[in-house]
Amino acid sequence: MSTAVQCKGVWKTFGNGPRALTALQDINLSVEEGEFITLVGASGCGKSTLLRTIAGIETQSAGEITVDGAPISGPDVDRAMVFQNYSLYPWLTVIGNIKFTRQLAAHTRDRTSADVEVAAGRAEALLAVMGLTAVADAYPNQLSGGMQQRVAIARALMSRPRILLMDEPFGALDAQTREVMHDLILHVSQLELCTVIFVTHDVEEAIYLGRRVVLMAPRPGRVDTVYPVPLALERSQPMKHQTVFLELKLALLERIRSTSGMKTDLDLLQKLSRTSAQD
Amino acid sequence: MGFWTIRGTITQQRYWILATVGLLLPLIGWSTLSATGIVNPVFLPGPLSVLKRVGTWYTNDELLADIAISTMRVVAGWALSALIALPLGLFIGTYRSVQALLEPLTDFIRYMPAVAFIPLVMLWIGIDEGAKIGIIFIGTFFQMVLMVAEDVRRVPMAQIEAAQTMGASRLEIIELVIIPSVKPGLVDTLRITMGWAWTYLVVAELVAANSGLGYAIIKAQRFLQTDKIFCGIILIGLIGLAMDQTFRLMHRKAFPWLYLRS
Repeated sequence: MSTAVQCKGVWKTFGNGPRALTALQDINLSVEEGEFITLVGASGCGKSTLLRTIAGIETQSAGEITVDGAPISGPDVDRAMVFQNYSLYPWLTVIGNIKFTRQLAAHTRDRTSADVEVAAGRAEALLAVMGLTAVADAYPNQLSGGMQQRVAIARALMSRPRILLMDEPFGALDAQTREVMHDLILHVSQLELCTVIFVTHDVEEAIYLGRRVVLMAPRPGRVDTVYPVPLALERSQPMKHQTVFLELKLALLERIRSTSGMKTDLDLLQKLSRTSAQD
Repeated sequence: MGFWTIRGTITQQRYWILATVGLLLPLIGWSTLSATGIVNPVFLPGPLSVLKRVGTWYTNDELLADIAISTMRVVAGWALSALIALPLGLFIGTYRSVQALLEPLTDFIRYMPAVAFIPLVMLWIGIDEGAKIGIIFIGTFFQMVLMVAEDVRRVPMAQIEAAQTMGASRLEIIELVIIPSVKPGLVDTLRITMGWAWTYLVVAELVAANSGLGYAIIKAQRFLQTDKIFCGIILIGLIGLAMDQTFRLMHRKAFPWLYLRS
């Protein structure tokens, strides 16, 4: 297997002088072609910043990011991104949002009329795969949060990106909808053969989706540990109750707690409750 | 559905009843006050004499021409503002460097009283139509630029970043994301600033005017024709209200997705 994305000594600092903040410290990470990798960690660990830097909407302060060996310079059509919310265009219908890329020069350059037809067929196919056919002509604010994220994913996939970057895409959804979306995104990413880098703060989500889980630690943002997920590639909901799943979940949670620097001081808590009991 | 439910909803019927009551109550109060004769009609003319004045204004004093010229002045001053404020606000709201260059200056000028510019405008532009339009422009433009810039800044970053990751060029982002996204906000801004433009009418018609609603009000003041002052003020209010409602209707027609419910 070849490497799809590689981060070599990537640093990112915001601001300068004494108030500068190191968001990413020397990130070295390779993602294989077709791999589904999840980034997880306490808030402030730089997981979103790393994803946005790979997308090209942030520029690293030092280091290099390559896609298929070629260094990236800004966003490009080979790396599509799905955001947590507010990224859909409310003035366009569902199908209009999905076909948005067809208006862009980057997608229409060197296109033949046959390509245009293929693209039209692809939009229909994506609607079907994502279960959106019935709402094709609806506007985004007529849809539930889950349906809106289906549209966002379909839109990102429209131009057949090699790499799909997802920034907490299901963070605003309820637990039941999220489970449905998990199985959907696994299915679709295999169907599309794309490499997925998925950012989440939900450990269970990270394990269930990822072939590897990259745990990041905050202050400064860095890669702490990379955990291979010892589950079969074909995932199903009951796997969440397997011992290996639960063990990994516990290990990850424990590690996040110890890296977050926000440990609960139990002694202090007890002392406090004792004094308040005396009052 | 109680009367005092915080942010509660009310039925269409109740809305119209309350709106009618809200409009009729002051009218009734005004009628009674003038009918009882407690207040001297020079201070507070009754609704009937104001209504009668509309009639005489129409038959003897070119009411329609006054309305037409005033509307023309307001719309011209406002449209001229919009013509410059829309692209400029788009630039200020899109590029931080343009914002740094122009926003502090605009903030500074917008606090200057438009009325005080009258002598300068007369000196620079003269006393023709241009001067009246100029005053309305000064009163409207600087506020409008800042509001347009604010509208543009309110376009969600995720909408812009999504387009970037889809490979949109800078121009495509402005044309296909920022402009369609900001349009509803702009129509609201244009509606609100149209209201402000009307409030500058009387000031504008202080400049060597011999026609217009604002001029009529100023002239009536000289002859203590309070009923005519009332008449002019109410007419301006009604024309403004009609324009406001037209804008709201346009908003509904042009941006149907904002009014949809799942």
